[in-house]
Amino acid sequence: MMHIIGTWIAAGLTLAIFSFLYKDNPFYKFAEHLYVGVSAAFAILYTWAFDVWPMLVEPMFYGRGAASAADRWILLVPMLFGLLMLSRWFPKIGWLSRWAIALTVGIAAGLGITGQIQGILLPQVAGTLVPLTSLDNVLMVVGVISTLVYFYFSIAQKGAVKVGSRLGMIFIMVAFGASFGYTVMARISLLIGRLYFLAYDWLHLVR
Amino acid sequence: MKKEIPLAITFLTGVIIVVTFFIPHQPLGGMQQRLLIWYSIVLGFTLLLGVDSLLRSNLQKIMRRAPGWPYAVVVVAGFLATLAAGIHTWATTKDLLSLGSSFMYIYTYMIVPLQATMFALLAFFIASAAYRAFRARTLEATLLLVTAAIVMLGRVPVGAEIWDKLPGLQDWIMEIPQMAAKRGIFIGVALGTIAMSLRVILGLERTYLS
Repeated sequence: MMHIIGTWIAAGLTLAIFSFLYKDNPFYKFAEHLYVGVSAAFAILYTWAFDVWPMLVEPMFYGRGAASAADRWILLVPMLFGLLMLSRWFPKIGWLSRWAIALTVGIAAGLGITGQIQGILLPQVAGTLVPLTSLDNVLMVVGVISTLVYFYFSIAQKGAVKVGSRLGMIFIMVAFGASFGYTVMARISLLIGRLYFLAYDWLHLVR
Repeated sequence: MKKEIPLAITFLTGVIIVVTFFIPHQPLGGMQQRLLIWYSIVLGFTLLLGVDSLLRSNLQKIMRRAPGWPYAVVVVAGFLATLAAGIHTWATTKDLLSLGSSFMYIYTYMIVPLQATMFALLAFFIASAAYRAFRARTLEATLLLVTAAIVMLGRVPVGAEIWDKLPGLQDWIMEIPQMAAKRGIFIGVALGTIAMSLRVILGLERTYLS
């Protein structure tokens, strides 16, 4: 019974969102606002249940996962920084939240260097360093270099640079077209999924 | 005090993350993992600020009977109902994602269809935007149009019916010219991110403190 009620709720919300195709209307607004409220609660519950609880509360207050007493006490530091973040609720001491922001910005910046080098820069460069023994490999190397030339704005775009830049633009347009087509197909796939839900799960038109 | 301490914290944490990458031995090796845990914990507290802002603005709208205030009721009611279901699930099963729980019921029958339909709706708008924007006036625009058409047709069975080599051509476009341009863009983005991260760690970029 609960499954049937759930399917009707899901179908109603699906149709309410699709009603926007006609024009903005109260059904769409209802579904849109419900999505905001429900998603916000989901995000906070998920983060606290899978991050804050196992990483802070359990080791600190129950000793689970903490190898030593020092491991438990050191958790006072992130807890303090977390509480400092909440100091924005009190205008007089709101500036203290900068300390917590600084911690997260510092960690993100550190990861920005190591993560980008290890995860993006080196693998992409390695993928480009290929022997020029086939047309595909030549296209790959020329495509990467010309794209980089297109985005190199520190020198005047004339002469050989202009030619490289123009070639880079061609590769970029092909990439944008391909990405666009790929995105459209992904959205169409979602649309088919929703229509299939309505026809199969809700109306039982498809067997 | 209001600027120097945050700058010092940013510098220290950023340097620790970078140093521990190159020297993954104790005690430095454990510091990176520890900082990442701290990062997740602080972000958990930060979410409370976001939720507070969302609820505060909607409650104010309700109290003032501002235009559209009934929708603010929907936001607050949706939030509270999901929160109550989550806390109830957590208290009874100790597993937030327990199958058959009230929280998973909301997730399955509200969040999933709402999210999927929102993104599916974009299929219509992206198609109508393409219809208006795609005009083969220049070489670049023509390339964009032709490539998009090949990729779209090459990924569905009707594409192979039209021309049996279309799926292969689509694969080649994705693997070679598309990948080449994306590689160039990724390398540029990575270099930009590294440069910006260095500026932040060294205290040259301070806009996050304003």
